[in-house]
Amino acid sequence: MKLPPFEYASPRTLQEATTLLSKHNGDARPIAGGQSLLPLMAFRLAAPSLLVDLANIPGLDRIEIRDDGVHVGALTRWCQIEADRRLTAAHPLLSEAVKHIAHYQIRNRGTIGGSLAHADPAAEMPALAITCGAEITIAGAKVSRVLAAKDFITGPLETALEPGEVITSIRFPKWRSHRRWAFQEFSKRRGDFALGGVALHFDEDAQGHASEVHIGVFGTGDTPGRLSAAEEFVRGKKVDAGLAQAAGNIARSAVRVASDMHAGAAYRQALIGTLIERALVEAASRAIEE
Amino acid sequence: MATAKKGNRLIGAPVERVEDLRFLRGKGNYVDDQSLPNQVYAAILRSSVPHGRIRGIDKSEALKMPGVHAVITAADIGGEVPVIPIRLQPLPEVFPLRQPVIAVDRVRYVGEPVAVVIADTPGLAEDALEFVEVDIEPLPVVASRKTSATDASLLFPEYKTNLAKKFTGLKGDAAAAFEGAHYIKKQRLSVQRHMALPMEPRGLLADWRKDIKRLTVYGAGKVLFFNRRAVAQMLGLEENSVELVENDIGGGFGARGEFYPEDFLIPFSSYSLGRPVKWNEDRRENLSAMNHAREMEAEYEIACDADGTIRGIRGHVDVDNGAYIRSNGLTPPRNVAQFTTGPYRIPNIHIDVSVRLTNKTPCGTYRAPGRFEGSFFIERMIEIAARDLGLDPVEMRRKNLVTVDEMPYPMATMQHIDPYTDTECDSGNFHITFDRCLKEFGWDEKVKLQGRNIDGRYHGVAAGCFIEGGAAGPRESARLKLESDGTISVFVGSSAVGQGLETVMGQIAADMLAVPFERVRVFHGSTSYVREGFGSYHSRSTVMGGSAILLASAPFKEKLCKAAARRLNVSEQEITLIDERAVAPNGASIEWKALASDDISAEESFTNTKHTYAYGAHCCHVAVDPGTGHVEVLDYVTVEDVGKIINPLTLHGQVIGAIVQGLGSTFMEHLIYNEDGQLLTGSLADYVVPLADDYPVIRGITLDDYPSPNNPLGAKGAGEGGIIAVGGVASNAVANALSSLQVEIEELPLTPPAVWASIEKQRLVEGTKN
Repeated sequence: MKLPPFEYASPRTLQEATTLLSKHNGDARPIAGGQSLLPLMAFRLAAPSLLVDLANIPGLDRIEIRDDGVHVGALTRWCQIEADRRLTAAHPLLSEAVKHIAHYQIRNRGTIGGSLAHADPAAEMPALAITCGAEITIAGAKVSRVLAAKDFITGPLETALEPGEVITSIRFPKWRSHRRWAFQEFSKRRGDFALGGVALHFDEDAQGHASEVHIGVFGTGDTPGRLSAAEEFVRGKKVDAGLAQAAGNIARSAVRVASDMHAGAAYRQALIGTLIERALVEAASRAIEE
Repeated sequence: MATAKKGNRLIGAPVERVEDLRFLRGKGNYVDDQSLPNQVYAAILRSSVPHGRIRGIDKSEALKMPGVHAVITAADIGGEVPVIPIRLQPLPEVFPLRQPVIAVDRVRYVGEPVAVVIADTPGLAEDALEFVEVDIEPLPVVASRKTSATDASLLFPEYKTNLAKKFTGLKGDAAAAFEGAHYIKKQRLSVQRHMALPMEPRGLLADWRKDIKRLTVYGAGKVLFFNRRAVAQMLGLEENSVELVENDIGGGFGARGEFYPEDFLIPFSSYSLGRPVKWNEDRRENLSAMNHAREMEAEYEIACDADGTIRGIRGHVDVDNGAYIRSNGLTPPRNVAQFTTGPYRIPNIHIDVSVRLTNKTPCGTYRAPGRFEGSFFIERMIEIAARDLGLDPVEMRRKNLVTVDEMPYPMATMQHIDPYTDTECDSGNFHITFDRCLKEFGWDEKVKLQGRNIDGRYHGVAAGCFIEGGAAGPRESARLKLESDGTISVFVGSSAVGQGLETVMGQIAADMLAVPFERVRVFHGSTSYVREGFGSYHSRSTVMGGSAILLASAPFKEKLCKAAARRLNVSEQEITLIDERAVAPNGASIEWKALASDDISAEESFTNTKHTYAYGAHCCHVAVDPGTGHVEVLDYVTVEDVGKIINPLTLHGQVIGAIVQGLGSTFMEHLIYNEDGQLLTGSLADYVVPLADDYPVIRGITLDDYPSPNNPLGAKGAGEGGIIAVGGVASNAVANALSSLQVEIEELPLTPPAVWASIEKQRLVEGTKN
C-alpha cells in the first residue's frame, strides 16, 4: 500500500507545532517515530491532511532522574531507555518492559510519547504507565496540563488528547528501594503484540507482607488497566508460590477480555492468570540488592 | 575423441553460490528494480465482496483525475475474456471452472481483479482505485467445505455443483483388508489454509513495442515457456514475438511464476496503451491474490494386525480449493490421493478426494503439495495406532517401511486420470536413513523424556519417514556454446527462483567439460535462450536441466574435436581435450578459444517419464508449556538420501529452509476467513511466519548412497524433503508430550491458543469425571 497524499511540516518549537495542529481542526496529526501512524496510513486507515513532525523540536528527548521520579521526554526513543543504565536502579520495571517492545529496528525509531498517544491496548507502555501511576504532561496551543495515565487512555486507540495537543513528557513516580517487581508477556513470536501481558510491583513491610500492590494487565481488551481484585488479594500477604497461584486464579476470573482471530477469550483469561502467577513468583524470588 | 579425466571436481563440492555476492551487496535485479523510459503504473481494483453479481462499473470519476490514463475492465478486453490455463492435470471436465483473467459478471472471492487503473505513479493509481465505483449485488457466500457440499449456493450455476472434481487413489483391495482386521481406527485430521509466501511479492513490467511487434515481459518466473504460449495466445500474437524475462526472484515455493490474472492484465495494458506498464504487488494484495494452499480435511481409517503390520488405509479427503481451478490447483488433491502412504508398505489403499469450490482465493501448489498434508495424516494415524496397540512407534514404522528388496515400489494408482500417472519409488534403502536419523537425533536418550514434565514443561519426541517425488518430465533443454573469449555459455530452460540454479548448473557443465568453474556462464530465465523449457517445479531443475547439460556436453565435445582435427590435420578420433586445449597425438595443440569461429555449440533435451524419489526421516523434540500453549522445538533433525549431491551447500540451504517453512505451517501460519468470506489476515502482523529466532536448533544431513537409475546424473529432486514430514512429526511430538493429559492432536496449526485449548478440553473432561 502507498501512503495517501498529505502535507508535511517540521516546526522548530513546541508553540509552532501546537499552533499548526490546532489550525487544522483535528485533521492534522503529530508524528514522532512513525512506527504506529505510518502503517495505519499505508493501510489507509488514517489519512491526515497534515503531518507535523516533532523531531526537530529540541529538549523533548531527555531522561531525567529527579527526586519525584523519572521524567522521560515524549520524543525519547525505546533504544535510549534500553541503553540508560541509570534506570536499572532508578526504575528497573521500565528498563525491563522496554525490552519487550517490538523489534530492534522499531525500538530504534519508536518513541514513548508516540506509543502513549497511539494507545494500542496490546502495547506495553500504556499498561506500564497506568500500572506505575505515571503522569503525562500535555502541551496545547494555549495551555499545558497534566493527566494521570489512567485518565489519559480512554479507549482502544483513544486518548484524552484534544486536537492541537501533544505529549511532552511522562513522569514515573519515584521507585522505592527494595521494591519487588516483574514483567511478563506472551506473544506468538518475540516482538509481536502481546496475547497477554502483566506488569506488577509491590513493597514489603518488616514482616514481609506485600503493600502498595500494583498489578497491571494488557492485551486483554479495549484498554490496559490495573486488576484491583488481584491487588486486593495480594495486599497484606506474604507472596509465595501458593499465593501466586491463588492470585492467578482470581485474576483469571476477574479479568475482562475480548476475543480476536489470534486468541479466544477463554485463552486470554487463562493466560493472564498464568502470567500473574509467574510474575508474582518471579518478583518474590528475585534477589534484592541492599 | 577422448576427454582427459580429472574426476568430478565440482559435482559434490561445496561451491559457494555465485548468486550470493550480488544479493548480499544489494545488487540483485528484482523486477521492481527495473524500469523503462515512458513507463506508467498499474494498480488492480479487487473485489471486496466474496460472492456477487456485478451490476455495473462506473469509471468516469477515476478517469477525470489528472495523471490517470486508463481504467480497464472486462468490457475493455474485447471479445471473450481469456481464462487462466490449467498447466498440470488439464482435465477438460474442469475447464468451466477456470478463472477469467478479470471478473466478467460475477466475483467469487475477495481479491478477485475487477478493474485495472493505469496512472503516472503507483500512488496515483492506488488513489484512483477509490474513485472507480463498482456495484455488486451480493450472493450467498460459500465460506467453508461444509457449506460448499450442500450446493445451496453455487459458484458456477451452470456446473450444477460445487464439487469440482473427485480423485481416487487405489491399491489392492481395501474393503477386504478391513474385513476382520484386528485393529481399525477412524480419525479426523485437518490442515489449515496457508500459503507459500515468498519474501518478494510478485511484479511485472510489460513492454509492447508496436513498431517492431514485440512484447517483452519482465518479472516472469518458474514456467516461462508455458506462460509465454498462454499470453501470446490471449493477445493473438505469435509466440516468437513475445519474450518473457526472469529477473532475480525472492522465492518461489510453487506459487511464484504460475499464470495469474495479472500475467495477462499487465501485458494487455501495455498492448492497449502502447507504453511500458509496471505493476508491483504489495503484501496485502499478495495475501489475497497469490495462490493459497493446503486446506484439507481427512477422515481416514487404518487397519492393522496386532503386531502393527498395516493392512490398509481408506477414507476421504475434502479439499477447500477456493473459487477457481487455477494452473496447478488440482496437483495437491491428486497428490494426497496417491502419496498419503509415503514410504510405508500399505498393500491396500482406497482414498477418495473431493475438490470443493468455496468463495476464497483459489489454491495452488506449495512446496510438497498434497505430500505435506498426506504425511501429516499418515504419521498421525501410525502414531495413534502404535499407542492404541501398545507398540513402540519407531518399531511400528520399521515394520511397515518399504525395504530395499521391494524396489522399485509402486504407489497407489490413479487410472481414472490416465495410465501415465502410475509411479514407483525408484531406488533406495529407507531403513538406512531412518536409523541414521534416530542416531543423529540421539533417540535412545531423548525418548526417556517422553511425556515427562520437567520444570513445568512437557517433553515429547517423535520420528517419521517420507518420500519426495521429483524430476517431472517431459523434457528439459540445455544449449552449450563456446564464446570467442574461450568461456562456455550454458543456456537452460530451467528457472531460478532463489535456489542457486546458476551455481549448480555451472558445476555440472564445468565438470562435464573439465574446465574451471569460472569459465562457465549460466544463462537462464529468457524464452529466447533455448527452443523450449519446462521450468522449475516438482524439484526438477537440477535433475532435468542438469541431465540436459550432461547430454549436450557429448555433441559439444564432438564439435570441438571435429574443428580441432581440421586445424591440426589429424582425425577427429585422435584428438584429446584437456585444459581447454585440443591436443593431437604429436603434441601439437590448439586452444578451444581459437575454434570459436567454427560455431561450437550443441543443444540437447533430456526426456524423462519416470520420477525420482528421494527419501528420508525426521525426528523432533519439543517442550510444551501448558500455561501458555507455547511449543519450543528443542531439536529437529532430518536425514535424506538424494541420490547424488551436486552441491552440499545449496542442498543444505534447501533442507533448512524447508524445515523452517514446515514448522511455520505446523505452529503458526494460517489464512483466516470469517464466515462471511472475508480474509482477516491482511498483513504480516496477522499472518504469522517464523522469524530468525523462532527455530534455532535445526539439523539437516544429506546422503547420496542410492543414485537414481532414471537419469544420467543419478540425482533426485531434493527441494521438498525438508518440509514433507514436519507437520506429522512435530505434531506427534506435541501429542506425545501431552500423552499423560490424554490430549489428541487433530488439527493444524498448533498455535499457543490451540495447544492450550486441547489441554483445557481434557482438563474439563477430567473435571466432569471427578
